[in-house]
Amino acid sequence: MAVPLAFFAVFFAYPVAAIVGRGLRTGDGWQFGRLAAVLGRPDILGVLWFTTWQALASTALTLLIALPGAYVFARLDFPGKAVLRAVVTVPFVLPTVVVGTAFLALLGRGGLLDELWGIRLDTTVWAILLAHVFFNYAVVVRTVGGLWSQLDPRQEEAARVLGAGRFAAWRRVTLPALAPAVAAAALMVFLFTFTSFGVVQILGGPGFSTLEVEIYRQTAQLLDLPTAAVLTLLQFAAVGAILAVHARTVRRRESALRLVDPARTAGRPRGRGQWALLGGVLGSVTLLILLPLGVLVERSLDGPGGYGLGFYRALGSVEASGGTFLVPPLEAVGNSLRYALVATLIALVIGGLAAAALTRRAGPLVRGFDALLMLPLGVSAVTVGFGFLITLDKPPLDLRASWILVPLAQALVGVPFVVRTMLPVLRAVDARLREAAAVLGASPVRAWREVDLPLVRRALLVAAGFAFAVSLGEFGATVFIARPDRPTLPVAVARLLGRPGELNYGQAMALSTVLMVVCAVSLLALERIRTDRSGEF
Amino acid sequence: MRNSPVRLAAVALAAALGVSALAACGGSDSAGGSGDGGSGGKGSKTVTLVSHDSFNASPAVLKAFTAQTGYTVKVLKSGDAGEALNKEILTKGSPQGDVFFGVDNTLLSRALDNGIFTPYEAKGLGSVEAAAQLDADQHRVTPIDTGDICVNYDKKYFADRKLAPPASFDDLVKPAYKNLLVTENAATSSPGLGFLLGTAARYGDDGWQDYWKKLKANGVQVVDGWEQAYNENFSGSAGGKKAKGDRPLVVSYASSPPVEVLYADPQPKTAPTGVATGTCFRQIEFAGLLKGAKNEAGGKALLDFLISEKFQADMPLNMFVNPVVKGVALPALFTEFGATVERPETLAPAKIAANRDQWVQSWSSLVVK
Repeated sequence: MAVPLAFFAVFFAYPVAAIVGRGLRTGDGWQFGRLAAVLGRPDILGVLWFTTWQALASTALTLLIALPGAYVFARLDFPGKAVLRAVVTVPFVLPTVVVGTAFLALLGRGGLLDELWGIRLDTTVWAILLAHVFFNYAVVVRTVGGLWSQLDPRQEEAARVLGAGRFAAWRRVTLPALAPAVAAAALMVFLFTFTSFGVVQILGGPGFSTLEVEIYRQTAQLLDLPTAAVLTLLQFAAVGAILAVHARTVRRRESALRLVDPARTAGRPRGRGQWALLGGVLGSVTLLILLPLGVLVERSLDGPGGYGLGFYRALGSVEASGGTFLVPPLEAVGNSLRYALVATLIALVIGGLAAAALTRRAGPLVRGFDALLMLPLGVSAVTVGFGFLITLDKPPLDLRASWILVPLAQALVGVPFVVRTMLPVLRAVDARLREAAAVLGASPVRAWREVDLPLVRRALLVAAGFAFAVSLGEFGATVFIARPDRPTLPVAVARLLGRPGELNYGQAMALSTVLMVVCAVSLLALERIRTDRSGEF
Repeated sequence: MRNSPVRLAAVALAAALGVSALAACGGSDSAGGSGDGGSGGKGSKTVTLVSHDSFNASPAVLKAFTAQTGYTVKVLKSGDAGEALNKEILTKGSPQGDVFFGVDNTLLSRALDNGIFTPYEAKGLGSVEAAAQLDADQHRVTPIDTGDICVNYDKKYFADRKLAPPASFDDLVKPAYKNLLVTENAATSSPGLGFLLGTAARYGDDGWQDYWKKLKANGVQVVDGWEQAYNENFSGSAGGKKAKGDRPLVVSYASSPPVEVLYADPQPKTAPTGVATGTCFRQIEFAGLLKGAKNEAGGKALLDFLISEKFQADMPLNMFVNPVVKGVALPALFTEFGATVERPETLAPAKIAANRDQWVQSWSSLVVK
């Protein structure tokens, strides 16, 4: 527990506390009066109100659309299922600059909706809500679907034999078993949409602002650190509350459920109802996820002389980017992979240790630690980034110019995923096995190697995949600290989009497609090694 | 027994860091020779230039600096212009580099009031336009380039409708141009702010709000950033065409038309976009030696170099700005496709400093809300 605690203290708590302190402390001491002053401002209250209701609406809409998907992925077999499951997870790790572009192409003027029915949704709250569904679909499918696929269908069948109707059986047997997973997924979606940044900024236009967007504006643009600090504390409190509720639902979920091998629960669709459901889910996935992704691919191929690979070829040279980069944009792929690899290693070690510590001890202190590990998911990247800037500037922690800062920041976001994936599996390992090994004379290391490792190996791989994908797509913190001669994929995309000219735009689309493919491939590899117990995401 | 996985993991972490360090070192650092870490101590051969994301220079020009002075330039891009400056203010006294480039006249007072620069009178300042020397008494900053924020128009749109494109601020509120203009949020975007300041300069403290009321009534659209306005909403840019942008007028730069030519393949005979030269606000960008710089001598040499003819002549095609040094020839692309802005609007930095935040606030409640 000491290693992950130290890691979080140095690379999370200290920088964040320093930047908040810079905002709230003047020569005369702490200025807690600022809290009330800022919270009394009507514009800030407006931001808080919008943040909350759009997150609630996004969560409801996501559940509505993704729950049928969770069922279909859990219980039905159809060709291409594994590929599709990987593809629906791709949005989760795509940078929002890219997604914003795709959504504008669909919902904006001249978009598909506009051409068919003359409907335009850009700069309305609908664009924000739909983009949130796009991003978080996978959270519901993976969390709820993962558990659903392992519930023994015979329990429901038994209820029906005893005379319950189909719906009653589902409501009495399956729903109670699923409810905690649904709650956990809903809370994660709420957390992600509550702290939404890029989607709101790009699709909402200047009329909409979430807390996270406001923190960014106040810090990076207006340099109003006191206001930013108050808003950060506010977001902290909100995220803390969400996580506390999340931790409770997760604990309730650990009640014993009879879980079975997912391969045995899924079957080919039967009956009109199941076919209709499958059709509906495939339709919504096509409209909401495949279509926006397809638009990006289409634009990356749409060169001046018709469709072709011109933009992809241009990615390989320095000259074509007109000096936007000191290296060919394609080198960003290598950079991204290298950074993500290191970030994954760090996240695995820190997250693995934390999960191990959490399994072996109990008590309120440990539960607090559990929530603490999740906190980076809800704290704005700009706060962490500026915190790094003012704290890690002296030896022995003079890391500001070091490449290691990028994977460290990425690992911070990866750790929660590792912990949540490893925890249920580790908790399921019977301590008596370990004790038996010790009694039989095995050294602790050997007991760990022979008992724990084989059991957690697959969970470890899945966690690694998640951490890797998240690191690959991480933008907020990376853009702060990535060195210009070593841009990552998302950073390179953003930079290309920041310059006029057809070639730059086309290259941005091509590079986004590359990022998409890299993500999909790593997620597909992950599909091959799914664990028998699902993670908590 | 309880500790064993911890120990094992610690070993793994150490190994992971070691391996990755090797991997990272293998791929790079051959060109710069800077080694890992910061810009080094006294007598270091590296000088670090901190700038915004738009900074670019030809590799050959940076090499010429090394040949001339023995210093290697390391560039650290630090976000957009406002963000990059704010980072320097936050890290005052313990800067990330030696020289900061990219504070413009709209933010100059914030930089100077926070005292992040050490005064230094760069060699060759005599040949820099006097109008650009806004800190001529103290030389805390050195002017490097100028550029104009102007409304750009889609030539094809206006030709198709046989409508003359707008030429001035006054034109933009005329009924003929209703629902045609897209601009950026003045609170978050530097061209957006520039355009607001242009109207304030043109119509004065009392008149600009009325002007914006008219502009709003005439259907101006406001989006958050330049990327979106230019690549999505504007119908004249390459990105906008693809995105089926429906606004033929956009707030961008006087140098945007040449860029549209440069990055098209094949390059067209004329630029697809033009500049409304009566809607321009003059931006001047400065560089300065950071207080607490580790390599002060190198920083001074770099400032001298930034206003040398070699660097000034290289700038236009890399950053699409105009040189501040008199007599430096503009590339043909600029003279052929760019617009000359005869009388851009200007505002004194002190005036901007005194009013900026309040103007942006009133603008937001007037136009966005």
